Amino acid sequence: MADQSLISARGLVKRFGDFTAVDGIDLEVAPGEAFGFLGPNGAGKSSTMRMIGCVSTPTAGELRILGMDPVRDGTRIRARLGVCPQLDNLDPDLSVRENLTTYARYFGVSRAEARRRADELLEFVQLSDRANGKVEPLSGGMKRRLTIARAMVNEPDLVLLDEPTTGLDPQARHLVWERLFRLKQRGTTLVLTTHYMDEAEQLCDRLVVMDGGKIVAEGSPRALIENYSTAEVVELRFADGLDSNAQYAAKLDGIGERVDPLPDRVLLYADDGDAAVAEVHRRGLSPASVLVRRSTLEDVFLHLTGRTLVD
Amino acid sequence: MTTETTTVRGAGDPRPLRPVVAVVERYLTLYRRLWQASVFSSFILPILFLVSIGIGVGGYVGSIEGVDYLSWIVPGVLVSTAFQICVGESTYPVLGDFKWVRAYHAMRAAPVQPKDIVHGHLLYMIFRVQLSIVAFLLVVVFFGGLHSPWALATLPICALLTAAVVTPVTAFAATIESDSYFALLFRFVVIPATLFSGVFFPVEQLPVAIRPVAYASPVWHAVELSRAATLGRAPSWPIVVHIGYLLLWAVVGLLAARRAFARRLED
Repeated sequence: MADQSLISARGLVKRFGDFTAVDGIDLEVAPGEAFGFLGPNGAGKSSTMRMIGCVSTPTAGELRILGMDPVRDGTRIRARLGVCPQLDNLDPDLSVRENLTTYARYFGVSRAEARRRADELLEFVQLSDRANGKVEPLSGGMKRRLTIARAMVNEPDLVLLDEPTTGLDPQARHLVWERLFRLKQRGTTLVLTTHYMDEAEQLCDRLVVMDGGKIVAEGSPRALIENYSTAEVVELRFADGLDSNAQYAAKLDGIGERVDPLPDRVLLYADDGDAAVAEVHRRGLSPASVLVRRSTLEDVFLHLTGRTLVD
Repeated sequence: MTTETTTVRGAGDPRPLRPVVAVVERYLTLYRRLWQASVFSSFILPILFLVSIGIGVGGYVGSIEGVDYLSWIVPGVLVSTAFQICVGESTYPVLGDFKWVRAYHAMRAAPVQPKDIVHGHLLYMIFRVQLSIVAFLLVVVFFGGLHSPWALATLPICALLTAAVVTPVTAFAATIESDSYFALLFRFVVIPATLFSGVFFPVEQLPVAIRPVAYASPVWHAVELSRAATLGRAPSWPIVVHIGYLLLWAVVGLLAARRAFARRLED
């Protein structure tokens, strides 16, 4: 099994001085999978990605990428990876097409083949009409698509995307997702980090939730919701809410599986939301607003990683 | 869990120069887009210097060490132009490719190693400087500023100077976090090296106590060799000492640059 994995990690650790960024994680990524690292800022996602990308040496543990050792065979592994970094690093003084052809040459692709691939990839990311233009005037979404195209220029076995849609507006995000979904359909193995739940749900077959350098949960989006949340969530707002939500939570105790009082509302985790609402009314409570919704990864995420803001 | 041990080693790449060539190509592609901007500083400006100082000041100076002043400063201005290009292209552009453009990080994610980037940048710089020197020599030959076919030796001399200057400056640029350090470099290294390296007057004019500053500067050694070449005479020190000193800078600089790039691009 492990021999076929594109990524295989056992007890992987990354320390910077006294700070432990990645604290002993295990993971396997199979060919054709879309695998996600979900977690708040500082969870260790990017450090893990850098180790997988063979630009950061693991402090301890075992890591195999494409069956090879990233320390000894880093160059050989990177030849088969496509990397879309969190910060765009396109060449602003080169044209859109030159950014792709120049990059292809780092992988030893011939000039003619580089031009052919560049045109094909620009078509794929819908930037053909900008091929001869400069990079600087491109929008954030266009630059990100160009970076994704650049990551494909060596026809990689494994594509690493570090927060591929952070900072993009909704239209641009959807276009990027759609292109990444196409890549996935073609059988490209994608590994991405994100702190967007909708992104993880849209793109990932399987994901791990990281917090404090550790993996705190693993599974498909659906399985994570089933394991760490309920089918539905009821959001209750009370007119005199705010300070008294904790008191309401006490009165709601026993409805559904879990009650979570927040400053502005109370969440009821229940498999049958409507039944839970009926029980709320039966207990003589009359919330100002009631919303029954399906559970999302966000509920899982907040349950697992807590609500404390991490900067 | 067992792991395979039959993995092929990465060291046996049959074409180790391929990434270096690709790095050079990137610089050449950039230069093709931006070369116009460099024509003034690396070509027109030195010609203006020659005309104003060589002919203007030269009218008062007359001759120096037995030749007219213009002919005397031609090799000086030539080497100092090469020096300026080397420093200019190894300071902001290098720091920029680490900090703002992050082009080196992009290369690092591909199968390009830090030392490949250093070597590629150096080869491109040698090409860049050679181009300027050829253009400069072509103009100067019409001024009657070259007195010997040995003038062609200024090309390899400037290539050696390029290696001696680009590598330590690149290492410096790869080590710092803020471009304000470049002001120190320009003030305390570049300007003194230009003024006191025998470009405009013989180092022997300097007080004995200050002369070692000139002798320590790679620029002076390149000027001495170039002046010997364009005037067709022997340099003041043995040729092998001048060349050896420049080589020393190049080798130490190259090692420092490779180390600085590796440190900055890996953790």
